[in-house]
Amino acid sequence: MKKYYLGIDLGSTTSKAVIINGNDVIIGRGITNTRANYKVAADIAKEEAIYDARFTLLSNKIKLDMEAKPEFKKYMEDIRSVFQYQQFKRRMESLEKMLNKTVSEFTYANKSAIADKLHEIIENIRPQIRNEFVHGNLGSKNQFFRDIVSEKYNVGVDALGREFYEPLMLAFDKSITPVENEMVQYNFKELVLESMAVLEEKYKGLADQQEDGSKEDWYYAELNAVKSNYKNVEYSLREHIEAIAGEEIHIAKMVGTGYGRALLPFPEDCIKSEILCHAFGAHAIFPNTRTVLDIGGQDTKAIQVDSHGLVTSFHMNDRCAAGCGRYLGYIADEFGLSLNELGPEAMSATKETTICSTCTVFAGAEVKELLHNGEQRPNILAGLHKAIVQRAMSLIARSGGVRNEFTFTGGVARNQAVLKYVKQMVTDSYGEVTMNIHTDSIFMGALGGAMFARRNISADLPKAGKEVEA
Amino acid sequence: MAQEAQKERSMILQKEMIEGLFNDLGKAKETGKKVCYTFVPGNLSELIRTFDMLPVYPEINALQSAMRKKSASYIKEAERHAHSEDVCTYVKCDVGMMMKGNIGPTGEKIPEPDILLLSYTGCFTFLKWFETLKREYPNAKVIMVHTPYQENAKITPEMTQYMVKQFKEEVIPQMEAVTGIKYDEEKLKRILALSKEAEDWITKIFDTTKHKPSPIDAYFAGVYYIGPINIGFRGTQEAVDYYKELYKEIMERVRLGLGPITPEGEMKEEKYRLVVEGPPNWTSFREFWKIFYDMGAVIVASSYTKVGGVYDMGWRHDPSRPLESLSEYCMNCYTNLNIPQRIDLLSKCITDYKADGYVTNSIKSCNSFSAGQLGMMREIEDRLEVPVGFIESDLVDPRYFSYSNIKNRLESYFQMLEQRRIIHESETV
Repeated sequence: MKKYYLGIDLGSTTSKAVIINGNDVIIGRGITNTRANYKVAADIAKEEAIYDARFTLLSNKIKLDMEAKPEFKKYMEDIRSVFQYQQFKRRMESLEKMLNKTVSEFTYANKSAIADKLHEIIENIRPQIRNEFVHGNLGSKNQFFRDIVSEKYNVGVDALGREFYEPLMLAFDKSITPVENEMVQYNFKELVLESMAVLEEKYKGLADQQEDGSKEDWYYAELNAVKSNYKNVEYSLREHIEAIAGEEIHIAKMVGTGYGRALLPFPEDCIKSEILCHAFGAHAIFPNTRTVLDIGGQDTKAIQVDSHGLVTSFHMNDRCAAGCGRYLGYIADEFGLSLNELGPEAMSATKETTICSTCTVFAGAEVKELLHNGEQRPNILAGLHKAIVQRAMSLIARSGGVRNEFTFTGGVARNQAVLKYVKQMVTDSYGEVTMNIHTDSIFMGALGGAMFARRNISADLPKAGKEVEA
Repeated sequence: MAQEAQKERSMILQKEMIEGLFNDLGKAKETGKKVCYTFVPGNLSELIRTFDMLPVYPEINALQSAMRKKSASYIKEAERHAHSEDVCTYVKCDVGMMMKGNIGPTGEKIPEPDILLLSYTGCFTFLKWFETLKREYPNAKVIMVHTPYQENAKITPEMTQYMVKQFKEEVIPQMEAVTGIKYDEEKLKRILALSKEAEDWITKIFDTTKHKPSPIDAYFAGVYYIGPINIGFRGTQEAVDYYKELYKEIMERVRLGLGPITPEGEMKEEKYRLVVEGPPNWTSFREFWKIFYDMGAVIVASSYTKVGGVYDMGWRHDPSRPLESLSEYCMNCYTNLNIPQRIDLLSKCITDYKADGYVTNSIKSCNSFSAGQLGMMREIEDRLEVPVGFIESDLVDPRYFSYSNIKNRLESYFQMLEQRRIIHESETV
């Protein structure tokens, strides 16, 4: 039986899970929003990583086809997205039940009107979301159940009269938490087969669709290939699905990390500091890394590592939200934007408005004042992004500066505006250094954890360190 | 069992000394003894004793208040009287205690000062502290000695002469005036001889951490060991006896191969040997210590235990040059050393005591210690390739001790030490 290793990074905003094989290769990733019940968050991330691992194994089986035929590649991308939708759908059903139950227990005089409006909203958003998963790119946006639903639900509520605002928002707040904290087990095979049925329907419909020239050529090439050849892909997949769904993803060892690590139901020797895990993960992907900056939700860390990927020193900001991801979360709330919208809008700025406040809470007041004075929103956002990076730079300086290759990890590394200022300021202060930012930057802590798990945490570290370098 | 009895003996001795001092202070008005408030760094205990005065150390009172969980209310009281949030918390604790009746650690009222003696000016806060006290005690005589900073890493003859001149022209005449006692240099010499003896012993005591396992914790227990020498007993036979006894007990632990004693009994396994820079946190002293001993970490040397005198490099009080020797003592206190000197001193500790790591506890409100700490840490890391750790807390303000943040950083630090140890061991095999 093949052995796999799991790392779980329970952060303040998101919980990440990474599964690696015996060669430190990532075969599965899972991510979810951290919620009141840490165990559920960790379990969901883990389950997602296991599904992802199965898709990886499935892709490996049809590797040659995927490399040679565009329809295989396109199909596998699509099926992951639809697979996510299938999971979403089940949780959505649960939320619908909970919302109805909550509203039925209300004592408002217009209770039945509220129930009608709720029904309307649900009927309205259900096909919208399905469409975005199946035909759009919602599956690749890394959005979580709560974000997706609340965004659409809020739009629905806003369109209604004031008398429905409070009861419907209350219904949502009361219902979302229990649903989020509910652990749902899915049957991989069942979900894949359902997803294939959805795709079949999609591709059949595509047969009549004309190219409108709005996308790149390769897009139409893939699409054309898949719409005429999807049956072949289906046939290949059906051949392997049984075996893959039945294969036990045997997690031989696991390590928990992140700010909530002490609350994970892991034995003490399977809990590892996130500082060591982030550094180890970042070093595994970029072996020449010597300085790691990790901006997480609740703390920011500047870490110096040696050639083995082991930490030599670190500096943390764990006192003040102004240098952390939470700052951006707060700002997003202030502007009524989602976190994902912050970066792009800041990138459209024509200049950076100077933000004087060094405090997250007071920055909110400053922002209001600036808006009142006619400052443009993108410029203010750019200034706020710059401010967070400036604080991170001072932390880097305290930890000894950027010594060689610099790797940026953590959830905030996904924000393009933050990236832009990190690149700018690191170059300004330390000259031209190699700067690494990986699409998996948010998973570095979990990856490091999985790698420690594979190494039995401490027993054979040095050998493992050299293997990574090789 | 014999060892238990021995352990108690040095502790009993210390307890008796401290109680005796506070009793004397409580009766000062009846006995007519004059009271001199002064600070630990660069303290002129011997001179104070020559004039038969009783010393009071405000920062010792502050840390005692913190350990007795009283500092929060004292600080609140001082802040109510417009002392800012950023002011040194020793000052606020002391001022608050005074405002609340100046009751000392033994429950006796601490008498008002006859003299406010500032013999170390390296800490700017000390000046302001005594300015505040002077307003509260208008009858007290303020004596201030300017202590030159060791900017060029040495004490020149001119610097010593400059200080001796201040002693002769300012300090001694004013002490004579307040106490009505004539300066007796022979008496000072006798006291200084005992100081030297106690200093020899305490140096030997802190040198026992060379043993593995270390028989003592040179920081968390060290702060108790420096008690007598720092609160006015330097230059007494009692102090010499105490340190002799303590040394004997420690050597017995060495003979038996025992590790340090913690509040939860003897430390079973010494996993990490550390050198710590910076004062400890006093409000959560036990919790703070526990994080270390739970991880098997023992402190083999600390800069804080040198705050009342640096004896590692061989300097001692010298009865044959009484006033010169007192001058050198003032200039030689730890926070009066320049940054490269401190780095050399700490590096020597790390090397001599075979430390695995170096940890800085940075106290935001203490400039004397905090200025330069990061640079020192970098230099030590580069020079010795020793893993360094950085934590932040406060002296006596419980609001600034975040247990979970400190524990999180220290846990990461210890895991880092563990990894490096494995690498190192595998490389040497």
